[in-house]
Parts: sequence; structure tokens; C-alpha cells
Amino acid sequence: MGNDQKLARDLVKTTEVEENILTNKEIAHLFIHHNKVLTSHLLPGLDVKTEERKDGVKVDIVLKENTVIKRPVHLCFGMLPKEGVQRIILRADIKRNSKISVLAHCAFPNAVNVKHIMDGKIKVREEAEYSYFERHIHGKEGGVKVYPKALIELGRGAKFKTEFELLKGRVGLIDIDYQTTCGEKSVMEMNARINGTGDDVIKIKESGFLQGEYSRGVLTSRVALRDRARAEIYNKMTATAAYARGHVDCKEIVQDKGFASAIPVVEVKHPKAHVTHEAAIGSVDTKQLQTLMSRGLSEDEAVELIIQGLLS
Amino acid sequence: MGRLELQKISLKLNGKPILKNINIDFWEGYIHAIVGPNGAGKSTLAFTIMGLEGYRSFEGDILFKGLSLKDLSIDERAKRGITLAWQEPARYEGLRIKDFLASAAREKSEKNISDTLIKVGMEPTEYLKRALDKTLSGGERKKIEIASILVMEPELVLLDEPDSGIDIESLEKIFEIIQLLKKKKTTVILITHSLAVLKQADHAFLMCHGDIIDKGETKKIIPYFENKCIPCGHKNFPNQEERKNGE
Repeated sequence: MGNDQKLARDLVKTTEVEENILTNKEIAHLFIHHNKVLTSHLLPGLDVKTEERKDGVKVDIVLKENTVIKRPVHLCFGMLPKEGVQRIILRADIKRNSKISVLAHCAFPNAVNVKHIMDGKIKVREEAEYSYFERHIHGKEGGVKVYPKALIELGRGAKFKTEFELLKGRVGLIDIDYQTTCGEKSVMEMNARINGTGDDVIKIKESGFLQGEYSRGVLTSRVALRDRARAEIYNKMTATAAYARGHVDCKEIVQDKGFASAIPVVEVKHPKAHVTHEAAIGSVDTKQLQTLMSRGLSEDEAVELIIQGLLS
Repeated sequence: MGRLELQKISLKLNGKPILKNINIDFWEGYIHAIVGPNGAGKSTLAFTIMGLEGYRSFEGDILFKGLSLKDLSIDERAKRGITLAWQEPARYEGLRIKDFLASAAREKSEKNISDTLIKVGMEPTEYLKRALDKTLSGGERKKIEIASILVMEPELVLLDEPDSGIDIESLEKIFEIIQLLKKKKTTVILITHSLAVLKQADHAFLMCHGDIIDKGETKKIIPYFENKCIPCGHKNFPNQEERKNGE
């Protein structure tokens, strides 16, 4: 086994996915460690070009028209050393009437001082579907700074769904900035679920622009904060077209000395558009807590179960 | 199984007396009912027994199997074998029904959890992976609440308005479960203002304005409750003569 293959397998082990994703010919994958492409496997209709750079990799993904990739594509961006910078420049062009689902594993299990920067530009063309599930795996040190930034454009009738999940290990610092512009009859859904402990800092900025008639969008964030963790959530939905429908939903559970601020912003610039929002920040609900305790769970066990549910 | 004794329980909330010197001996293995109109103090009494937040600074003592519960937290009382089913069960975003039931079941198997759901008339394949959230009706949440009691196998259970939000068909199922709990020698305390639920009990305690005004076999309590309490709507205090005669 070559060094790259071994490194790829070491990365897989940190991600909870089965190791056979590296050998299964029906599953496309691309594994990047720091600034090096370790292994990749593509499928017909899916073109991926990579360019290794000093501190990261530029990745161009093109899914050809009318191509449906049946099984999720696995991307892995990670670093096993304790220190370093990884900058990923991701360009994705999901052509007309095609469909793809991506599971991105971002693994920094040993990080003490690691910076991960993601600069994404994604186009989802007419009637195409793109779902992007990004799961972060961090270590216990909290020594990761993560800066995911993405600009997404949806064509007529396109569907885009993204989920950002950071539940295992310490967050460190995370600063998300996603913006999606929705064309006519397109559908957008952006979710973030993050568990903050220690002195983690979480910043989420998600913006949706419903510019096409009948476009729809939902922005959802779920954050749990314990110890001295802090979160700032700024979710903004702007509707400028007739029959556009949007919703912003933020919920944060704050325990111990955690601190959260959430600003859900809704803007409607067309009389036939409609956007709603809801936000809740607070401790664990008393009735939920007391119900679980009356079944014999300790207070800590009950809080943990409630938070697990919220972030699930 | 568990005998529960309430000794001179008095409780004020916001300076207002809600429970007034209550003395009750709940015999183990029987179905008891605390019955009375809305606002009588029935749920307050249940919350006090369970030790919920805001209901712990009472006077008197609560003994379960001869030991005082007064200084015990909710979970410590639960570990002694006492639990409570809420009138309006909590909703949990994202928490799967399976995990909610497993938390009550502790060491018991997944099959045990599935079997319990079937007992309350719910199909495990349809419900176990669903979240216990706002997508469920009030009746469905109520049945899951009852299932969590069953799977916990407590020694004493307080059921607060078990018929609330339940359709007639499901109510029969709830009544079956109440009788099943009795068969298992569980002490059941029904908190109710419903005649149908009251009829499930062996013994009843009639509560009015924070006071127990009568007690005895359910058949003895029913006429007074039906003829005096239901029409009264808790507006009038019963006079001493009526209380003596149970009229």
C-alpha cells in the first residue's frame, strides 16, 4: 500500500464511514490531505479537476447535463498533523437536469493549531439537484479555525440542500458564510447543527435571496452551547419576487456560561412574497427536563438527551 | 410495591394556599383517584409528590415505603419507583420516540420497547424512528407518554388527566393499561375531573379548594361528585353537613 493510500485510509477511519468507499467502483470519491490529492475515483458524467497549491487544493467539479449520480459522492478534506493551513477552492457546476449528492468529511482529529478555509462557488443549473452534507470531525483540543464560505446560484427549478454538522469534538472557531440566490421555482434549504463546548466560538451567517417567482427557501440553525461557548447567528432571507416563500428558523440551547445571540432577518420586497421566521434561545425546557428526570435520568443525562435530539 | 403516605401536606404558591393540610394514605397495588373540579389543587398535589420545580417548599412530609421523599430530587424519587405522566406531554425537537422510550426503559431490550408501543395501540415500525415533536397529535404523544411509564415499570404512577386529548377508542386502550398496571401491582393515582376516569379507580379522594373533603370507595364518591361537583364547577365550598353525608 502506498503512503497516499495509507493516509487516505487513516482519514477514513476518523470519519465513521465504511472503508470500502475507497474501493467500491460504484461510489465516487476524492480525498485530499492538506494540499495533496490522495486518491480519487470518478463516474461517467462527473468530471473533477484538481490543482495542488502551496496551502491547499483547487477543485473543479462539473456534472454533465442529464447525469444522475445514484450514490452519494464522498469528499474528504482533512489534515492529520497538529498544525497547518488548508485552503480549499471549490467550484461546482451542476449542469441542467442532473442530480448529485455529496457527503463531505472534514477531519481534523489531532488539530492544535489548524486553519481550514473553504471558498466555494456553486452553480446549480436549470432543473438540477445538488445536496451537500458537510460533517466535521474535530479533536478534543479545540485548535481548529474553520472558515467555510460559499456563493450558490440556483437556476430555474433547481434544488439545493446543504447541511453543516459539527457535533463530534471541539468546534474551536467556526465562521460560516453561505449565500444562495434562487431563480424561478427553485428550492433552497440550508441547515447548520453545531455543538459548542469549552470556549468555542460559533459564527453563522446564512443568506437566502429569493429572486425568482415561486422560489422557496428555508434557513435553519440548531446550536447547543455549554461551558463558555459563544454563538452569533445571523440568518437573512430576502424575497423580491411574486409568490416567493421563505422561512428562517434559529434555535439555540444555552447551558452553563454559554452565550448566544441570534438575528433572524426577513426582507420582503414584493407584495406577493411571504417570509416568516422563528427564533428561540434559552435553557433546556423545564417540562422536557422534568419528564425525563421523572423517568429516572439525572439532570445531566436529561440535558444531554434533549441536546442530542435538537442537533440530530 | 409502594405505599405512599401524605402527612399534613400544605403548600402555598405566590402566597396563596393551594394545598391545605392534606393527609392521605395510598394503599399499595390499588387504583386511586384524586377527583375534583378544575382548580381544586389535584395537579399541584401530583407535582408535589413528584417533587417538581416550584412544588418542593411544602409543609408536612411524604413517605414512600416508609421513607421520606422530602429532600429527594425528581430523579431520585423516580429511582425509588415513582413517576408522573403529564396532562399535556412535552414535545422534543429531534428526539426519536425510540430514544425517549429507551431512556425510561434503561437496561431493557428494544423488543421490550416495541412490545410496549403495541400495548398502547401504536405500530413500532411506524413510530419508533419518528421524532417526539409537533408532527405528532396530542393523542399520539399521550400514548407515548403512557408507553414510557409502562416500559419503566414503576412502583407508583401518577397519571394527570389521562383522558385529556384522547379519542374514545384510545381511551379504552388507556383504561386497559391502567388495569394492566394494577395487575402488575403498581400503585396508580389518577388525577381527574372526569367521571369515566374516576370509574376506573378502586378508591377516590374528593378534592375541593385544596382540601380533601371526602374519601372512600369510588362508588361512594361518585354520586356526590356527579351531583354536586360537576354542576358546581368549583364555585361553592361544600357545607359540613353535605361532607358528612357525602350527598
